[in-house]
Amino acid sequence: MDSTPDASWFSRFGSFFARPWLGVLSRSLAAIFGGYALAATCAMFFAVALPIARGQAVLTGMLVAIVLCACAALWAFATRTALRAWVGILIPTALFWVGTELLRAGA
Amino acid sequence: MAWLHTWTGLLVGWLLLLIFMAGTASYYREEISRWMRPELPRNTVSNEVAAERAIAFLQHKAPQAESWNVTLPDPRNPAMRMFWRNPESMVKPPAEGEKRRRRGGGRFGDATVDPGTGEEVAARETRGGDFFYRLHFDLHYIPVYWARYLVGFCAMFMLVAIITGVITHKKIFKDFFTFRKDKGLRSWLDFHNVSAVMALPYHAMITYTGIVTLMFMYLPWGVNVAYPKDEDAFFSEAFARLADIDTPSEGRAAAVPIQQLLDAARAEWKGAQVGGFTLYHPGAANAVIDIQQRDGKRLSVDTPSLRFNAVTGALMEASPRSGGATQTRGVMYGLHLARFADWGLRALFFVSGLIGCVMVASGVVLWAVKERPKHAKSGKIGFGLRLVDALNIGAVAGLPIAFAAYFWGNRLLPVQMAERSDAEVNVFFYAWGAALLAAFLWPKRLMWAWQLYLGAAMFLLIPVINALTTHAHLGVTLRTGDWVLAGFDLMMLAFGAVLAYCALRMQRWQPALSAAEKKKRQVAAAAAAKAQESAPVEANA
Repeated sequence: MDSTPDASWFSRFGSFFARPWLGVLSRSLAAIFGGYALAATCAMFFAVALPIARGQAVLTGMLVAIVLCACAALWAFATRTALRAWVGILIPTALFWVGTELLRAGA
Repeated sequence: MAWLHTWTGLLVGWLLLLIFMAGTASYYREEISRWMRPELPRNTVSNEVAAERAIAFLQHKAPQAESWNVTLPDPRNPAMRMFWRNPESMVKPPAEGEKRRRRGGGRFGDATVDPGTGEEVAARETRGGDFFYRLHFDLHYIPVYWARYLVGFCAMFMLVAIITGVITHKKIFKDFFTFRKDKGLRSWLDFHNVSAVMALPYHAMITYTGIVTLMFMYLPWGVNVAYPKDEDAFFSEAFARLADIDTPSEGRAAAVPIQQLLDAARAEWKGAQVGGFTLYHPGAANAVIDIQQRDGKRLSVDTPSLRFNAVTGALMEASPRSGGATQTRGVMYGLHLARFADWGLRALFFVSGLIGCVMVASGVVLWAVKERPKHAKSGKIGFGLRLVDALNIGAVAGLPIAFAAYFWGNRLLPVQMAERSDAEVNVFFYAWGAALLAAFLWPKRLMWAWQLYLGAAMFLLIPVINALTTHAHLGVTLRTGDWVLAGFDLMMLAFGAVLAYCALRMQRWQPALSAAEKKKRQVAAAAAAKAQESAPVEANA
């Protein structure tokens, strides 16, 4: 069986995703939306996790989250591949989220 | 990283320039407001007299109000600002076809009172320096929320651009001492580097603290999680506020003289000045007064306050000491506003802000300078470069025109004109719009020179117009030593001179020659010289 059309479709598909501008777009989205998600979950986690007065914990979370958001944007463009950019942002985001939910359920 | 720096910078550069310029001007918000209301007399009365007159004014103007708030005059602001909250029953629905938006649904009234006379100031209607302050984060003509998100987005880009800018600079120390004059692209790059590095701590501080000022809006998630459905509890807990106020009692009673209350507050603070006060339920038997300390000597923006029983004069409550994170935020906020700065430090902040404007402006120009040779090679200027050129001219050369036009508007619009302060703001945007339009129609080098010359002329003429239209001009202010007003006029002359110099450089500028081109010209010149040498011989022959 001739597999040429399939292969060419696949290679075209592959080369489409290898285009540099798509990588840039992906990293930009990771930086903007991923960065914000990371900041938001970080603020939430600090608000419930820090063993200090509630209001102070909320404020601390906000102050730290701003810096973290900038770091996420840096990471998105500094790391080798776009995939690593997403993974490196989404994993801590998920951890913050899960941590927040666990602490809220425990409270 | 260099690549990220270039594009994040370019994308938000023009809006950032507007934000930087408006923010830099806001350091002199009160001084600008004073210059723009030249009718205002210089304040000479004491705080006690001013407070007494404020109470008398409010008793006459708003006897029914639920609360009065008064900001006492200080050395920077000779007028008293006050507002009051009307009871719900007094609020009238907005009149048919009413154009002006009414803040707080019409529940608030406000007035600016001359402490010298106790009457409402008879000054021209203007937003003064407050316009720049609002423009800095609320922009204009668009809903405030959108504007603040947009400004926050730009600030985040700026923060990323600053960090990547530092990373890009492996030789940050060496580059700082490098300036290659008259070398085209290299000179712009060095200029951008020096302006960025010189004030780097300032830039990093002002960007981060700028985001902190609006962080409750950008990151409400922590509050949502820790205080589900009770945001107010967060604010009263985190900010160590005074307790809520009781409802007014039926009984009436006279309040103790305000002077006695101010003295008590000062004694409690060991001499710190009073900034203003809020009197709740004036005239009622359970009236209370909150007295705020004047900000100005503390880094933090959160100023302590005291609550007194306004009828007996007894101290009821002092604002508790706030937590570490609250104080940190207060200091961050305070650093951004720089209200604590005396004249020297304020000038340093202002210069740093100007350097920031120069950094952003040189950054966007650098992009175009770098891009141009690529287009020149293909023989035609592409759409992208043309767009950037036009926006560069319209922002870098056009915004100074708009700022100058705002001050012109303040002096030249009829003093009794209706909706005058809105008209002044419109003058700002008409001027800017015209500059942008001209830049888009003809984005060439000479357009740079023309707009810079126009801006220079407009700034240089401000003291002249001031002298022709008011009695608060340099001839008077220099003689009487009114350095706020004199300083404003002198600053305008300085801006005009700098813009004129830039315009002259832009007009005389010649494109840098490539080495091959230089050689070609040298050969041609030598050939011409040879021909000239041989010419007389031929004539003799």
